[in-house]
Amino acid sequence: MSQKLLDILKAAFGPAVLETHSEHGDDTAVVEAASWLKVAKFLRDDPRCDMQMMVDLCGVDYRGREPRFDVVMHLHSIHQNHRLRLKTRVGDSDGDGAEVDSVVSIWAGANWFERETFDLMGIVFHGHPDLRRILMYPEFVGHPLRKDYPADKAQPLVPFREGYEKLPPFDRFEGMSFGRQTFRSGKAD
Amino acid sequence: MEPIDQELEEGELELPSQPMTLNMGPSHPAMHGTIRIVMDLSGETIVKADVQIGYLHRGFEKMCERGNWSQVFPYVDRCNYASPMLNNVGFALAVEKLLGVTVTERCQYYRVVLGELARIADHLTCNGAMAMELGAFTPLLWFMKGREMIYDIMEEETGARLTHSFGRVGGMAQPPTANFKEMVRAVLPRIMAIVGEAEALLLQNRIFIDRLQGVGKISAADAIALGWTGPCLRSTGVPYDVRKAHPYLVYDRLEFDVPVGQEGDNWDRFMVRLEELRQSVRIIEQALDQMPDHGPINVDDPRIVLPPKDEVYSTIEGTIQHFKIVMEGIKIPAGEAYGYTEGGNGELGFYLVSDGSGTPYRVRIRPPCFAITQALGGLITGLMIPDVVPTFGSLNMIGGECDH
Repeated sequence: MSQKLLDILKAAFGPAVLETHSEHGDDTAVVEAASWLKVAKFLRDDPRCDMQMMVDLCGVDYRGREPRFDVVMHLHSIHQNHRLRLKTRVGDSDGDGAEVDSVVSIWAGANWFERETFDLMGIVFHGHPDLRRILMYPEFVGHPLRKDYPADKAQPLVPFREGYEKLPPFDRFEGMSFGRQTFRSGKAD
Repeated sequence: MEPIDQELEEGELELPSQPMTLNMGPSHPAMHGTIRIVMDLSGETIVKADVQIGYLHRGFEKMCERGNWSQVFPYVDRCNYASPMLNNVGFALAVEKLLGVTVTERCQYYRVVLGELARIADHLTCNGAMAMELGAFTPLLWFMKGREMIYDIMEEETGARLTHSFGRVGGMAQPPTANFKEMVRAVLPRIMAIVGEAEALLLQNRIFIDRLQGVGKISAADAIALGWTGPCLRSTGVPYDVRKAHPYLVYDRLEFDVPVGQEGDNWDRFMVRLEELRQSVRIIEQALDQMPDHGPINVDDPRIVLPPKDEVYSTIEGTIQHFKIVMEGIKIPAGEAYGYTEGGNGELGFYLVSDGSGTPYRVRIRPPCFAITQALGGLITGLMIPDVVPTFGSLNMIGGECDH
């Protein structure tokens, strides 16, 4: 059905489409990271493609490969009822330089998906309006879905968060009397 | 809606002129998910809302990369705990897509019936919880009574009431019990009678209607751009249902309608779910009529299905086969596939990457309420604080699925 889609994409972007396949009935196109945003915009606006919905966006870590990460996006056209998987490859073998343009300007729904991919996989999306961690807490170290993340190691303790003006009766050491301050100075009990 | 103090002079104000920041959640009695909303308030109107999730994150995707493919089933149970069977079926179908295996016809009907029962339980929970948060406690208890009947069937079939872990690659853990069909046929009219009684308490209730109608509106174009699926998308008038658009299992042989709303407000989301209950009943009745009484449930492939226990203990082939599947896991050929089904909240997708070993290389879940919850901040901006409760309720955010 949508082998046609891949042909349209190849005709429009030529060498920027690195690879296509249709394993298990899922049409897949791998494009250059530089033309990621252009291809996405084309897929939404071209009437033959009409991809109004960004279903899913995630990252896959192929450790040992160069470029290391896949950014995978699943697109769907409600009106024409066809689907496409769009991929790009970013990052070197150390995991640096994993950067790609954000598609939030094209599909508003990509917002949280890109935040999640940044949070768990460490891929930076340029032009994202609010790129911060979403599932993990701000002090979390590392990106847990990377294959070199040590799953059996513990995270460092989070220091007390400063910079919050608290109204009385709450102060910095609210709560139990054996709080951090007394514990740390050895004056517990 | 404009912030109310915009036109007032500084001196006229008795309340502080600065917007007040209010923290709702992560644990709030009027919200049934662990979610935190940081709101900037002008009077009682929300001018800015920041929705923060992640309190129920358990590293689902990372855990999946440590076991074998069959060991993922208990984890998917705990993603959407309102309808675990739909998650089981969805994941099994995704792995089977990667394997290129189609399960037997009897199993397909069995999965449809169990899945639709789970969908009824899901929608009963959502609508009941939403009514309860608006102060109507009785309908919740009524809906729960209906849900208990479904749980009884599930317990009879699977041995567990909530987290079944019943799906298997290439089939189900057990064949249907002897009186499965009679049980389901007997229970459906009783559930629908309960639903009728409970909705009679709500649908004529002025307070309930006023708090839902016209609140939390979204247009069809916005909903599509945000990636909404399921009942929430259908409430805006878009008749997109994975079961109709991309039929899987035997849904193309079953007759059912896709209910849609018009306004895309809380009321429409409530009504779409109520109507989907009735469509699920229609599906189950047809599927029970068509389901064969005899025949295998699991595919006949010794590489992916465990042998019967007596063969394991009495033949060397059975022992080896059992050992290899349990210790090494099912070998899935290298490749990638995206399997998607209609979950309780919308399109439930699993993007799987295999490197050819018995352990998943990457399991990506596409939780439907992740896309839906990200619109919550926009929906409640401009509304009042009491409107947060029905809006959040009607989105049916399930913490386990949203935070995976």
